[in-house]
Amino acid sequence: MKRWLPLVVFLVLVGFFAKGLFLNPREVPSPFIGRTAPAFTLPLVQDPSSTFSPADMKGQVWVMNVWAPWCVSCRQEHPLLMQIAQNGGVPIVGLNWKDKAREARDLLARTGNPYFAVPEDLDGKVGINYGVTGTPETYIIDKQGIVRMKHIGPISPEVWQTKFEPKIKELGA
Amino acid sequence: MIPELGHFAVIVALLLALIQAILPLYGAHRGNLALMAVARPAAQGQFFFVALAFACLAWSFLVNDFSVLNVAKNSFSQLPEVYRFTATWGSHEGSLLLWVLILAFWSAAVSVFSRHLPEDMAARVIGVMGLISIGFLSFLLITSNPFERLLPAAMDGNDMNPLLQDWGMIIHPPMLYMGYVGFAVAFAFAIAALISGKMDVAWARWSRPWTTVAWAFLTLGIMLGSWWAYRELGWGGWWFWDPTENASFMPWIAGTALIHSLAVTEKRGAFKAWTVLLALTAFSLSLLGTFLVRSGVLSSVHAFATDPARGAFILGFLAVVIGGSLVLYAWRAPKMITGSGFTWFSRESLLLANNVILIAALGAVLLGTLYPLFMDAMGLGKISVGPPYFNAVFVPLMAPALFLMGIGPLARWKEASLPDIVTRMKWALGVAVAVAILLPLTMDGFEPWASLGFFLATWIALAVLAAFAERLKHGQGSLGQKLATLPRGFWGMQMAHFGMAVGVAGIAMVANYSTERDVRMDVNSYAELAGYNFTFRGTTEHDGPNYRAARGTIEVAKNGKTISTLHPEKRIYNASGMGMTEAAVRPVIFSDIYVAMGEQLDDQGAWTVRLFYKPFINWLWLGAFFMVVGGFMAASDKRYRIALRRSNEIPKNVAAQGA
Repeated sequence: MKRWLPLVVFLVLVGFFAKGLFLNPREVPSPFIGRTAPAFTLPLVQDPSSTFSPADMKGQVWVMNVWAPWCVSCRQEHPLLMQIAQNGGVPIVGLNWKDKAREARDLLARTGNPYFAVPEDLDGKVGINYGVTGTPETYIIDKQGIVRMKHIGPISPEVWQTKFEPKIKELGA
Repeated sequence: MIPELGHFAVIVALLLALIQAILPLYGAHRGNLALMAVARPAAQGQFFFVALAFACLAWSFLVNDFSVLNVAKNSFSQLPEVYRFTATWGSHEGSLLLWVLILAFWSAAVSVFSRHLPEDMAARVIGVMGLISIGFLSFLLITSNPFERLLPAAMDGNDMNPLLQDWGMIIHPPMLYMGYVGFAVAFAFAIAALISGKMDVAWARWSRPWTTVAWAFLTLGIMLGSWWAYRELGWGGWWFWDPTENASFMPWIAGTALIHSLAVTEKRGAFKAWTVLLALTAFSLSLLGTFLVRSGVLSSVHAFATDPARGAFILGFLAVVIGGSLVLYAWRAPKMITGSGFTWFSRESLLLANNVILIAALGAVLLGTLYPLFMDAMGLGKISVGPPYFNAVFVPLMAPALFLMGIGPLARWKEASLPDIVTRMKWALGVAVAVAILLPLTMDGFEPWASLGFFLATWIALAVLAAFAERLKHGQGSLGQKLATLPRGFWGMQMAHFGMAVGVAGIAMVANYSTERDVRMDVNSYAELAGYNFTFRGTTEHDGPNYRAARGTIEVAKNGKTISTLHPEKRIYNASGMGMTEAAVRPVIFSDIYVAMGEQLDDQGAWTVRLFYKPFINWLWLGAFFMVVGGFMAASDKRYRIALRRSNEIPKNVAAQGA
C-alpha cells in the first residue's frame, strides 16, 4: 500500500500539529515556580577563576536570563536588556547555556554586556535543573532565592512592562 | 468608508471564488462547456476585488487612518511614506491579504495564459485554485480581518517594527509569496490531472513553465530575505535556520526537486506518480509554512502575533487540502502508467538520485524544524534545535547532489555511458581538484569545508562550460549565431547551474574566511582588519523621520588611500523606543566591509565598533540572481510559446470529455 504512505505520514503530522496548537512553546508551567532556585556554582565567562552562585544574590530580587551566542531570538531581546541594565534596574544574570565561553565573550564585547554576571553552563546541567528547554528563557528570583516567574522566548518591551515590571515591583526590588 | 469598501470587496471576492471553484469543477465533471466557461471571468473578477481590497488597505495606511486597528498597530504618522505603504503587509492580517492577492493574481494569470489547454483541464485548474482562494478568503474574514475598526481612533500608531523598515522588506514578502503561492499552480495542475485521470506528458509540459517561474520568484524572495537579515540584523550573518526561514526553504527544496522531476516526465514520460506527488508536496509545504509561521506552534523571531483560533483554522484547512489531495493521489496513482525504462546510468537515473538527495535534505530540515514540536507533543520536554544540527546534516547531504549536478546535464537520456562521461570530464575533475587544493593555500589557513566548496563550485562551473562546448562543436555559423540558436531551456538550466556554482563558492568563502573584530574606538583612533585601515571620526546626532540616531563616521583606507567613508548608525525609534543597529556596508570587489556601531563607552565619544570583512559574500546574491534569471529564461523557452501560439491560431475543437 505504498500509495497510501504519503497520506499516513501527513496524518501523523496533523496529529502532532493539532496537539501543538494546545501547547504554547513560550509558556511552560515550571515546577520550580514557588520553590527555591536550584543551587549551582559556575565559573564566569569573563573570568573563569571567579564563580557565580545564586546564593550570592540573597537579599535582592534578580533576573536570570538563559541565553546562548548562537541563539537568534536572544539577539532580538538584547537591546531591551541593555536598556534595562543602563537604567540601573534589576540585576540580570545571563546564564550562557551550552556554548563556549569564548563565543559568549566575543559577542558581549561586540554588542554590549547587559549582564551583572555571566556564568558558563557549558554542558547544560544547570539548565536541566532549572527545566530550561531552549533559549531565551528568563526567570525572576526573589530576595529569599525563590523562583517567582518564568518566561519563555524573547522579551519584548510590552512583555517587560506587563509581566516583569509588576512582578518585580511586587517582590519589592 | 474606504476600509468598509475594502472589507466588502473581500466578501465579494469570496463569493466569486465560490463561483470560480464550484461551477467549473462541476462543469468539467459533467462536460458542460457553459459552466466551464465561468472559470476565467470568475478568476479575473476575484482578482479585481482582492486587488481593490488591497488598495483600500494600502490607502488606509498611506493616509494614516488610525481608526483602523491594523494601521494603528503597525504604522506611525512619522513613518516615511514608502514604509507606510509596505506596512500594508507588515502585519499578519495585511500579509495574509497579500497572500490572497498573489493567489488571485496567479489564478488570473492562468486564466489568461491557458487558451491552449483543453477546456476541461483549464476549468479544473482554475477551479482548484478557486478552492484554495475560498479557504484563505474565509480565513481572512473569519479570524483576521485587516479592516477592523478601532473606536475611538488612536491618536497615533505604534509604529512598524523598526527591523522591517528597510528596503529589502519592501520587495522581499511580495517576491517570496509569488514563489510560495505560485506553487499553487503546479498543485492545481496536478489535482486537475488526478481528477481527470489523464496524467500524460502534456500535463507535465503545461505545468512546467508555471513551476519554474514560481521557483524563480521563490529563489529571489529567499535571497532578498537573506540579504535583508544580513544588512539589517547587524551581526553579519545571512542564514540562521530559523523556523520561518525553513518555512520558505522547504518549499524551495521540494520545488527544486519538482522542476527536475517534471523535466523527466515531460521528456521521457517517466516518474509520473513521483512528479505528481512532488507537485502536491511543494504546495503543501507552502501551506505548512503558513501554518507554522502564523499558528505559534513554534517560536521564532519573525513569527506573527499568534492566536489559537487562527492556528486551528489553518490546520483544519491544511488537513482538508493536503489530506484530500493525498487521498486523491492514493486513489489515482495506480492509473499512472510509467513511460519507457532506463538503465542505471542515464540522465533519468541521475535526476532520480538528485531527487532522492533533495528529498532527504528536505526531510532533514523538516525534522529539525518540527523536532521541538514533536518532543513537546509527546511530553518529552521542550528543546530547541540550533544551527549546529542543520549544518551538520544539511551540508554533507547536499555535497553529493552538487557533484551530480556536474554530470546530469551531460548524460544522455535512457542510457548513458559512464566511461564516456569520465573521458569527457576528467580534465574538469583534475582542474576542480587542483583548485580545491591550491586555492585554500592562498588564504589564511586550509579549511577542509572551504576546499570541498571550491571543488564543487569549480566542478559545476566547468560542467556548464563543457555543456556549452559540446553544443557549439557542431553546426554552422559564427559563435554568436550558434549561441543564439541554443534553446532558452538549455540557457536557463546552465545559467541556474552556474548560479549554484557561484553561490557555493561564495558560501565556502564567507563561511570559512570571514574575519571580524570588536574594537574600542576613541575619536580619531584607528583599527585594522584584513588589510584595511579604519579611522573613527566620532559620532554626530542625526534625526531621522521617526528615529534619532548617533551616526558614526568611519574612514576606510587601503595602502594609505581613503577608499570610502562609512556611516553606521545606532538608532532609537521614537514610537517604540526600540534600539536598532544600522550597519554600513561597502562592497570592495567581491567582498564586503561591514561596520556596525556597538555601545558608547564614555563622554569623550569612544564607542565599541564591530568591523567585519566578508569575502565573496556578494557571490551569494549573485549566484541566486543567476538562478532567478535562469529560471525565467527556461520558462520562456520557445516550445512553450509555440504551444501557446498554435492554440491561438487554430480554434480548439473542444470535445466534451466527461470524466
